[in-house]
Amino acid sequence: MGSRKSNAGSAAPAVLLAIVILLLVGSTLYFHIAKTWWFPPAITPVGHEIDQQFFLTLVVTGIVFVLAQLALAWMVFKYRDHGQKAHFTRGNHALEVIWTTATLVIFVGLGALATHAWGQVHFGGVEPGALQVEVTGVQFTWTFRYPGPDGKFGKIVPADIDASVGNPLGLDPNDPAGKDDIVVPDLYVPVNQQIELMIRSQDVIHSFFVRELRIKQDAVPGLIVPIHFRVEQTGDYEITCNQLCGLGHYHMHAMMHVLSQADFEQWEKKQEAQNAQ
Amino acid sequence: MSAHAGPVHHAEAPKGWIRHYIFSVDHKIIGTQYILLGLSAVTIGMILSLIMRTHLVWPNAHIWGFANGIVSPEDYLRVVTMHGTLMVFFVLTTVPQSGFGNYFLPIQIGAPDMAFPRINMLSFWFTFLAMIVLLSSAFVPGGASISGWTSYAPLSAVGEVAGPGLGMGQTLWVVSIALFCGASLMSALNFLGTTIDLRAKGLSLMRMPLTVWGWFITACLALLAFGVLLAACVLLLLDRLAATSFFIPANLDVSGVLLHHGGGSPLLWQHLFWFFGHPEVYIAILPGMGIISHVLSTFSRKPVFGYKAMVYSLTAIGFLSFTVWGHHMFISGMNPFSALAFSIITLVIGVPSAIKTFNWLGTLWGGRIHFTAAMLFAIGFVSLFVTGGLSGIFLAQPALDLYLHDTYYVIGHFHLIMGVAAIFAMFAATYYWFPKMFGHHMSETLGKVHFWCTFVGVYCIFMPMHYLGYAGDPRRYASIESVNYLIPLHPVHYFISIAAFFTASAQLLFYWNFFWSIKHGKPAERNPWHGTTLEWSVSTPVPHDNFAGHYPTIYRGPYEYSVPGMRDDYVPQDLAPELVAKA
Repeated sequence: MGSRKSNAGSAAPAVLLAIVILLLVGSTLYFHIAKTWWFPPAITPVGHEIDQQFFLTLVVTGIVFVLAQLALAWMVFKYRDHGQKAHFTRGNHALEVIWTTATLVIFVGLGALATHAWGQVHFGGVEPGALQVEVTGVQFTWTFRYPGPDGKFGKIVPADIDASVGNPLGLDPNDPAGKDDIVVPDLYVPVNQQIELMIRSQDVIHSFFVRELRIKQDAVPGLIVPIHFRVEQTGDYEITCNQLCGLGHYHMHAMMHVLSQADFEQWEKKQEAQNAQ
Repeated sequence: MSAHAGPVHHAEAPKGWIRHYIFSVDHKIIGTQYILLGLSAVTIGMILSLIMRTHLVWPNAHIWGFANGIVSPEDYLRVVTMHGTLMVFFVLTTVPQSGFGNYFLPIQIGAPDMAFPRINMLSFWFTFLAMIVLLSSAFVPGGASISGWTSYAPLSAVGEVAGPGLGMGQTLWVVSIALFCGASLMSALNFLGTTIDLRAKGLSLMRMPLTVWGWFITACLALLAFGVLLAACVLLLLDRLAATSFFIPANLDVSGVLLHHGGGSPLLWQHLFWFFGHPEVYIAILPGMGIISHVLSTFSRKPVFGYKAMVYSLTAIGFLSFTVWGHHMFISGMNPFSALAFSIITLVIGVPSAIKTFNWLGTLWGGRIHFTAAMLFAIGFVSLFVTGGLSGIFLAQPALDLYLHDTYYVIGHFHLIMGVAAIFAMFAATYYWFPKMFGHHMSETLGKVHFWCTFVGVYCIFMPMHYLGYAGDPRRYASIESVNYLIPLHPVHYFISIAAFFTASAQLLFYWNFFWSIKHGKPAERNPWHGTTLEWSVSTPVPHDNFAGHYPTIYRGPYEYSVPGMRDDYVPQDLAPELVAKA
């Protein structure tokens, strides 16, 4: 076997592999510690909890990653063909049991710990007094609707949808509850108050995503999916679409403005005044 | 065995060139046809990925073949869709299973051909037709589909009103995939029948090479998964052409048009698609796992560590793969309680995958490692599999998927573990089996250069995508300028694009090596790697009926390397005990 002879004693591939794996492990560790490209700070309590779960998972998988890659590099180096006899073995039952049990405990353990944060997003009920906002995705814009002073959303009649006459959601002109609804292209919410978003779509599937909220939710036609959160700090945050919805998917963009209570009330009043005209 | 004289199979190869090379019923020719079809598909798919990478960082670059030389947003999505569809169906599903499986499964089990050679030929021509239909969709009015390889309804269901490419192009996409399903179903039956019925005397299940186990379990998955996708495609076609509403709910207002559909569910498509789609990723990788075990054992000169654990973990992955599809749907609006069940089962499926990794390391441990090109790709596979697998632990947790879903993090994850790892398995298989298939060696030197460039290159492409995901960069965006928070990520995108061009150029070495060596490579002897399994017992080139009338008997397991007390460091499976030379 020609290739066997030419390889015997040559450590070059083993050394090269060790270098590549060390570079991989080193750069991966560097970018995770330096956080060169990273999550923006979370702005909700559940966001902080998700970040903790992410960090825990990162530490556990990081250790496995470093150990497994280094073990591979070390074994390839140590057991390169330098004329030795291979050590004959068919396996080791005890080892199989140990590493099967260990991975099962670690993987399922991480999954079990992560259920709490998920529950916070999806199972916890909405507090009374939460501000409801309806979010509608349509190729390729987001539209946000507030119930107005009466606290009731007006009826939607799909046949009445016509953005060109200023009725992009199809509000029923005969429903008094809809007269005071506020319809805007950006999301305005007060800080430190629970917000419930009712996410829906008029045409195809879109996905509502705000990085700082750590929440993503598909907007599915035919469904209204509620999500809720409480923002801890004011600021302007970008809303993107994350589910392929057609040729304009990449520019389906809006802003989430988190205002102080006073600013939010002022904004609400201004909108109500405009509606009354 | 009587099974060795199938009704179609003749000891003599057909004389005519067309019957021999085109409409052949010989599993070796059909396997080669699949591999060449996959090679064409991966070439187109790779060029499409370069167009994506070019468009993202140099949006004004002129690219041949596009209107005015400029890639429009809809063109970008056409390229995304075509890239994904070609790569997943016509490369990852086709080459490891139908290509190498067709060629080597019958030989490794001591059979003259597949159980149903004519159905085998039909499967190939269905696949060929499916690819022609898919590619032709780029040339119809409106162009190819823009709805991605997942074709989520209602975008894929409501027709041209939702955007360009969603008319005739989308219809052809559905027809192509339905044809592909038919081909895969026939092929799966053939693989199962062959493995169950045509094994040589003495080849018990626990003596089968792990490659055969990989193809066998994959065929089980394909048989159960492609039927569901076929049904989903038929329903989608009816929604598109017969005004039914399986996936379309009431009151859709698309581009200002109120649609007269009602009662359907967009989530139904996702459930059906991912019920196929998750087994599909294992259909892509299980044959590769078999190949990697096979190659690691050969070049470590050691039996596969924990052979039985390898078989049981393959089976466990196969079974569990049908129970985890919901992890693609954590943010879809599916009931959030079911997410917890899908999450835990998904983490459990990581366990057999980890078992395989440990056993691969165990196979290397204490070995005498020969650095052939095939072995380097197998070692590279293990590294990629670890990296790509661990990011799955994040995505399996719904709380973390809330952020990472549909970002570049997912792209990095599945390319490493499903795309690149499977491609590395195909490269390992090619360098390993080429001498048997074509009677000549590929150049080992070129093969090694090809490995180093590709190994470094793919990490440079796909590792940074995880960082883009951390920063929340959404996938399938035709521009990296459209959102403010994407601006600081530009250097990462440039780096990925340059790495993509570097890696793609390195593949030229492979093309040259492959086609040049078919005729001009160093002539190959019968068993150049001193392997133990049956493909190394048959002569090179392989006779038309594989064993030239002398069908083997199997005396031992598949990986008898460095057995103490033997003269040679390998004992072939079919060598009679009285002929084994003692030390």
